[in-house]
Amino acid sequence: MTTGLLIVQILNGLQLGILLFLVAAGLTLVFGVMDFINLAHGVQYMLGAYLAVTFVGITGSFVLGLVLALACALVIGLALEFLVFRHLYARDHLDQVLATFGLILLLNQGVKMLWGAAPLSVPVPAFLSGNVALLDGILYPTYRFALIGSGLAVGALLWFVVEKTRTGMLLRAGASNAPMVSALGVDINKLFMIVFAFGTMLAAFAGAMAAPILSVEPGMGDNILILAFVVIVVGGIGSIRGAFVGALIVGLVDTLGRSFMNDLLRLFMSAPSARAAGAALSSMLIYLVMAIVLFVRPEGLLPSKGRA
Amino acid sequence: MSEATTTVPAPTARAIPLPARRVLLVPVLLFGLLALLPLAVSLGLPSHWLTLVTRAMIFAIAALSLDLILGVGGLVSFGHAAFVGIGAYATGIMITEGLAETLLILPVVLAVCGLFGLVTGYVSLRTRGVTFIMITLAFGQMVYFLAQALSAYGGDDGLTLYQRSTLLGFDAFGNRIGFFYVVLGVLLACYLLVRVIVASRFGRVLRAARENATRVSVTGFQVSQVRLVAYVISGLIAGLSGFLLANQTEFVSPAFMSWPRSGELIFMVVLGGVGSLHGAIIGALAFLFAEDVLAGWTEHWKAIFGPMIVLFVLFTRGGIVGLMRKLGAGRDD
Amino acid sequence: MTEPVLVLSGVQKAFGALKVTDGVSLSVAPGQLHALIGPNGAGKTTLVHQISGMLRPDTGSIRFRGQDITGLSPERRARAGLARTFQITSTIPSLSVLENVALGAQARAAHPLALFRNAARDEALNAPAWAALEAVGLTERAHVLAGRLSHGEKRALEIAMALTLEPAAILLDEPLAGVGREEGERLIALLASLKGRYAMLLVEHDMEAVFALADSVSVLVYGRVIASGDPATVRADPAVREAYLGEEG
Repeated sequence: MTTGLLIVQILNGLQLGILLFLVAAGLTLVFGVMDFINLAHGVQYMLGAYLAVTFVGITGSFVLGLVLALACALVIGLALEFLVFRHLYARDHLDQVLATFGLILLLNQGVKMLWGAAPLSVPVPAFLSGNVALLDGILYPTYRFALIGSGLAVGALLWFVVEKTRTGMLLRAGASNAPMVSALGVDINKLFMIVFAFGTMLAAFAGAMAAPILSVEPGMGDNILILAFVVIVVGGIGSIRGAFVGALIVGLVDTLGRSFMNDLLRLFMSAPSARAAGAALSSMLIYLVMAIVLFVRPEGLLPSKGRA
Repeated sequence: MSEATTTVPAPTARAIPLPARRVLLVPVLLFGLLALLPLAVSLGLPSHWLTLVTRAMIFAIAALSLDLILGVGGLVSFGHAAFVGIGAYATGIMITEGLAETLLILPVVLAVCGLFGLVTGYVSLRTRGVTFIMITLAFGQMVYFLAQALSAYGGDDGLTLYQRSTLLGFDAFGNRIGFFYVVLGVLLACYLLVRVIVASRFGRVLRAARENATRVSVTGFQVSQVRLVAYVISGLIAGLSGFLLANQTEFVSPAFMSWPRSGELIFMVVLGGVGSLHGAIIGALAFLFAEDVLAGWTEHWKAIFGPMIVLFVLFTRGGIVGLMRKLGAGRDD
Repeated sequence: MTEPVLVLSGVQKAFGALKVTDGVSLSVAPGQLHALIGPNGAGKTTLVHQISGMLRPDTGSIRFRGQDITGLSPERRARAGLARTFQITSTIPSLSVLENVALGAQARAAHPLALFRNAARDEALNAPAWAALEAVGLTERAHVLAGRLSHGEKRALEIAMALTLEPAAILLDEPLAGVGREEGERLIALLASLKGRYAMLLVEHDMEAVFALADSVSVLVYGRVIASGDPATVRADPAVREAYLGEEG
C-alpha cells in the first residue's frame, strides 16, 4: 500500500460520498418534512443519468445536456408527485413503501424499454478530460475533481438555503414539527412540492454527474438508494448535516474497505483465504458500521433537533 | 404469583359468553382446494400448475411469516427475503458439501436464521418507523452482497445443486406430487402454528403493542423483547421456506434475497390482506399467478405489474380478504 | 403511623433551560387519595410521566413501597404494582374491552407471554378482568371493541385496566377530562369506591371532584409545590388563591 494509492482511494471515497450525499440529502429532507418514505428516489437518480445520456448525445454539449436533463427530470418528478406521491403523504409507511416500490418496477422496466438493457455512458466533457498530477507523479482525472467540487458547491448551497433562508427555516421547522408549520398558515402542500422538487433535482444532478464515470444501466438507482438509506440511518433522519457526515463515512469506509481489506487480512492469513474473506467482509463493512452506530446511538450521529 | 386471585371487589362477576367462534370458511376452503390440485392435474389441468402452485406455496410460507411481524406486530420489515435466502444457502452449501440429510440441514437452517434474526432484530428494533424499514432493508442487502462474495459457492452466478435433500437417506423430495404435499403440509403446519401464536398470550401482547406500545409497556410488558421474539420466529419460518425453495429449484442464488424480493413479499401480504394470515397465503398465490400470466405475455411484465401495485395501494384497502369480507357482509344484509 | 406507599423527594426535571419539575416532594399514604392540582402548564403530566417511568428525573428520588424505583423502566414499575391512566385515553382500540382489561391480569400471571396458550378463553385472565369490569360498570360492554366505546366508557376502561394490575398505587392523569356531567358523576363515584383500597395520585382540573375525593392536596405551579396539606387548609392558603385567581374561577 503506497501513499499515492491511499490518496487516490481517499479521493474515490470522497467522490462516492459526495454522490451519496446528493441523493441522501433529498431523501432525508422528504422524510424529515413530509414523513414520507420514497423508495423511488433512487430511480430519480437513474433517470438523471439516462436523461444526461440522451441530452448530451443530442446537444453534443455536456453542460447544455446536464441542464436539459435536470429540467426534464424535474418535470417527470413533479408529474409523479402530482399523480402518485401526493396521495400517499397521509398514508402509513407501509402504503408508501409499497406504492413507491411499484413505481421502481415500472421505471426500471421503462428505462429498459426506452434505452435498452445494455450499459450506456456519457463521454467526459472535453474541458474536464485531463488529469491532475498528485504527488509521486500519480495522476487523478480532472472530471472526478470537478465532481467532488460541484458536489461540495451544491452542498454549500443547500446549507445556505436550509440555514439562512425563510424557506429553509420552514423546512427545518417542518422537519421537527409539521403540524406547527401548517398552523403558522404556511401552505403545507406547496412546501411539500418545493421540498420534493428540490430532492428530485439533487438526485437527478447526482445521476447526471455520475454518468461519465459510472455505467448507466437499469437498476443503478437501487444500489445507491440503499446506500443512501445507510447514510441517513448513520447520520440521523431529517438532518442535512447528518446526511453529509454519514455520506462521507459510508463513501470512505466502503471504498477503502474494498481496496485495502485484502492487504489487511493478508497480514493474518494466506492469500486465497484473505481474498475470499476480504471480498465478503468488505461488502458487509458499511452495514456493520451502520449496526454499530445504531447500537450506540439508535437515533443516528447527528439527528435533527426536536425529533425524539 | 397467583393467577386467579384479585383484590378487585367482585361480588358476582358475571361473564357474558363470547360471541360464537367465526367459521373458518375461507382457510378451510383454501387448503381443501390446494389439496385437490394434484387430482385436478391428473384430470387434465396443465401439469405446469403443479410446479407453479408448489412454488407459490413456498412463497406463501415466507409471506405468512412476514405477516406475523408486519400485519400482527405492525413492524414493516423490508429485509425478509434475507431469511429465505439464508435458509436456501444453508441448504445449498450443506448439500454441496455432501450433507444432504434433511434432519441435519433443518437444524442448521433454523440455527443460522435464528441467529441472524436475533442479531439484526436486536439492532433494528432499537428504532421504529421509517428507520426500521431502512435498517431491515440494509441488513437484507448485506446478506445479498455476502452471497455475491461467496465465490466458493457460485458467487454472483449462484449455486446449482446436483442433489435434493434426502430424508433418512431416501430421495424424499424427488416426486413432484410428493413434494407438493410436503410443501402443503409445511404450509398448513406453519399456518396453524402462527394462528396459535397470534391467539396466545404472547400474540395478544404483540397485537396490543402494534396499536399502543406505551400502554403495553405501562401495563408491565417489555415491548422490544416481545417484538424480538416475534421477529426471530418469523425468520425461522421464512428460513424453512428457503429450505423448500432450494429443494424445488435445485439452485440457489443471491437473487433470492435481492431487495425487490422483500418488496414482493410485502406486496403478497398486503395484496391478500394485512394481519389475517390466510390473506398472506392468498396473496402469495395471486401474486405468483399474476406474475406467471404477465410474464408469459410480455418480457416487460414489470412495467404492467408496477403500476398495478401503485393502483392497488391507492385505491383498495384491506386486500383480497377485505374484499371477500365486504362481499360476505353484503350477502348477510 | 403507616409508611407511605409513594414518596417523591426533590424530583427535578428540565427540558433545556425550562425547569418543568422543580424539586417536587410529596407522599401518598396507603388507601389515601392525594390530589395534584395546578394551572395548565404547571408540569402535572410531566410529573406523572416521571413517576410512571416514561421520563427520568434529572435529580431526586422516587420511592415506591420502600424501594427506590427512580431508575426502573415503566414495565418494571408496573410489575411492582404501580398503575396509571393517561390524560389522553390510552387503550387498545382493536381489542375487545375484556381483552384490554385481561392484559393487566396477564402481566401479573405466572407465564405472561406463553406462546401457545389461547388468551381469549383463558379463565385465569378473564376472571379478574370480569371482576374489574364489574367494578367500573362495563360488564355489558365486555365484547365491544375498545375503540367503539364512548369517551366516558374509555375512561372507566382505563381504570379497570389499572385495577387488574392489582396495584398498590394508581396514578390518575385527569380521568374526568372531556367527560360529560352524567358520566363524570359516575366516575367520581367509582373513584370514591376505590378509596381505602388503593393509594391514588389524582391529577384533576375539576375542583369540585378534587375536594369531594381528596384526603390531601398538593398544588403545583411552574413545577414547584407551593402548598400541600388537607383540602381545607390548601383551599384557604393565600398563595393558592393567588395562583388560581382567574384560572379556575
